[in-house]
Amino acid sequence: MIGFTWFVPLVKLVSGESPRVQLAEFGKMVGVPAVAFILFLGLWHIGAAKVVTSLGQVPGPVQVYEQAGGLIDEHYQEREKAQAFLERQEKRNAEKLAKNPDAKVKIRPYTGKETYFDQILTSLFTVFIGFLIASIIAIPAGIVSGLSDTLYSALNPLIQIFKPVSPLAWLPIVTMVVSATYVTADPMFSKSFITSAITVTLCSLWPTLINTAVGVSSIDRDLINVGRVLRLNYFTTVFKIVIPSSIPMIFTGLRISLGIGWMVLIAAEMLAQNPGLGKFVWDEFQNGSSSSLGRIMVAVLTIGILGFMLDRIMLVMQKAFSYDKNAVVR
Amino acid sequence: MEKYLNIDHVSIEFPTANGPFKALDNVSLKIDKGEFVSIIGHSGCGKSTVMNIVGGLYQATEGGVILEGREVNEPGPDRAIVFQNHSLFPWLTAYENVDLAVKSVFKGKKSTKEMKEWVDHNIALVHMSHAKNKLPAEISGGMKQRIGIARALAMEPKVLLMDEPFGALDALTRAHLQDSLMEIQTELNNTVIMITHDVDEAVLLSDKIVMMTNGPAASIGEVMHVDLERPRKRLYLSDDPKYNHFRSEVIHFLHERHAKKVA
Repeated sequence: MIGFTWFVPLVKLVSGESPRVQLAEFGKMVGVPAVAFILFLGLWHIGAAKVVTSLGQVPGPVQVYEQAGGLIDEHYQEREKAQAFLERQEKRNAEKLAKNPDAKVKIRPYTGKETYFDQILTSLFTVFIGFLIASIIAIPAGIVSGLSDTLYSALNPLIQIFKPVSPLAWLPIVTMVVSATYVTADPMFSKSFITSAITVTLCSLWPTLINTAVGVSSIDRDLINVGRVLRLNYFTTVFKIVIPSSIPMIFTGLRISLGIGWMVLIAAEMLAQNPGLGKFVWDEFQNGSSSSLGRIMVAVLTIGILGFMLDRIMLVMQKAFSYDKNAVVR
Repeated sequence: MEKYLNIDHVSIEFPTANGPFKALDNVSLKIDKGEFVSIIGHSGCGKSTVMNIVGGLYQATEGGVILEGREVNEPGPDRAIVFQNHSLFPWLTAYENVDLAVKSVFKGKKSTKEMKEWVDHNIALVHMSHAKNKLPAEISGGMKQRIGIARALAMEPKVLLMDEPFGALDALTRAHLQDSLMEIQTELNNTVIMITHDVDEAVLLSDKIVMMTNGPAASIGEVMHVDLERPRKRLYLSDDPKYNHFRSEVIHFLHERHAKKVA
């Protein structure tokens, strides 16, 4: 499985298979990246100490590690508080009911502030919804325009114009449109969530759309001809021939889209005040305490690691769905 | 008597930037039921174009193709095609590739069980039962082409069209597949049109060899009946003067007379 390739030489080493070769292999897979990482930490440590801002010294790896610990502690404290609140409420309600069985009891949710982990989950959920909407639009649109030259030439200029637009340019428009159209007494989602998700959608549509269209239009003519000989109708052709053969390209597009969506999301959350990682960074920046820069650095690393994990998940899916298991995908 | 397959004064032009390009000019050919016909000629002479017109993938500009009294104007399973590079769906196993064809052709005509048996039968016919659950990427080129043939045969075509079916294979594999094809042909007696540029292959397999002149505006140069007795054995034939006569006739045509036109 992906990410566990370093394991292979280790196992071979244990089983006594040409120890020298396996050690060299292990060193290349684990040793070299480890040395590079330690080198990076050292440079960061030295470099950070030389820069002093109005919020104090730029945090080095040690301070960032401390802040990460602090954020985790805060999470558990907040969870304990919530637990205590719910217990108190339950006890109070039970007492009330014991006195008077007909009494109306109120159950209120705990409304403490979100912890760092809540914010991570919010971000992941928002990017997932935005990406999902984008994929639902982009894959069918890509397939249809890949099959029809006319449609492709009709859509191509629009795609090329909207593709490079920054999420920050979309955001005000999306905000206004959402405020004007999403008016309900009991909203299921907050407006900031919808605004962020739609902004993600608008920016992550294009890679999937373009890659799908290219994948579809480059299908082997003979395969299409086989479909013609069998007199398959349009839908059967699409589902039996077009989609399976363009799956690798579709996934290439989806991976790029998800990467872009994740980057866009942070910016969108900052401006839309959707309670995710973007808002966390912005709030810490506004907060301006001595620990702020360290906490922002934690967020930077979190964003990076999560983005990397999302990409790996897409890669695993690409390999699972693609017919060519031997294709080198990285 | 009306012939089984009648290619009647077919011409085709392709539009290009420099005006229309005439690939075929006035091609006429009559084929009997159960006849094995090879079309041979230099590359670019329009052999494949003839086959694509019969297959319905291209439309003739003039003239037309009549199969069993009906005009051909679109592709269909009654004119199954074996493509040069097998054209199996790479995401389906050998069995599933044949199954897809059988399901689209016999839906509503055969029961699920009958269809399953029919797929297995055709795979057995090309000696591929042992590898029917493998993906195309996991089997050799010759095996892929066997499955390609099984898929075409499974459509029960009135005419089997083969576009240089063994062109991409090495000589030994090619010989094996030719033998298999002769064996199948003895059993099923299909009407076959095969495009080839291999002289031995054409003489060995065909009842009739159609030699085409060079393009542009290619047409039929000569038609030769190969009345060698069947079953034909590759080993004996190499010493057979009749066989060598046919062979040299084709070679002479290809190297000397290919530009000559027969009205």
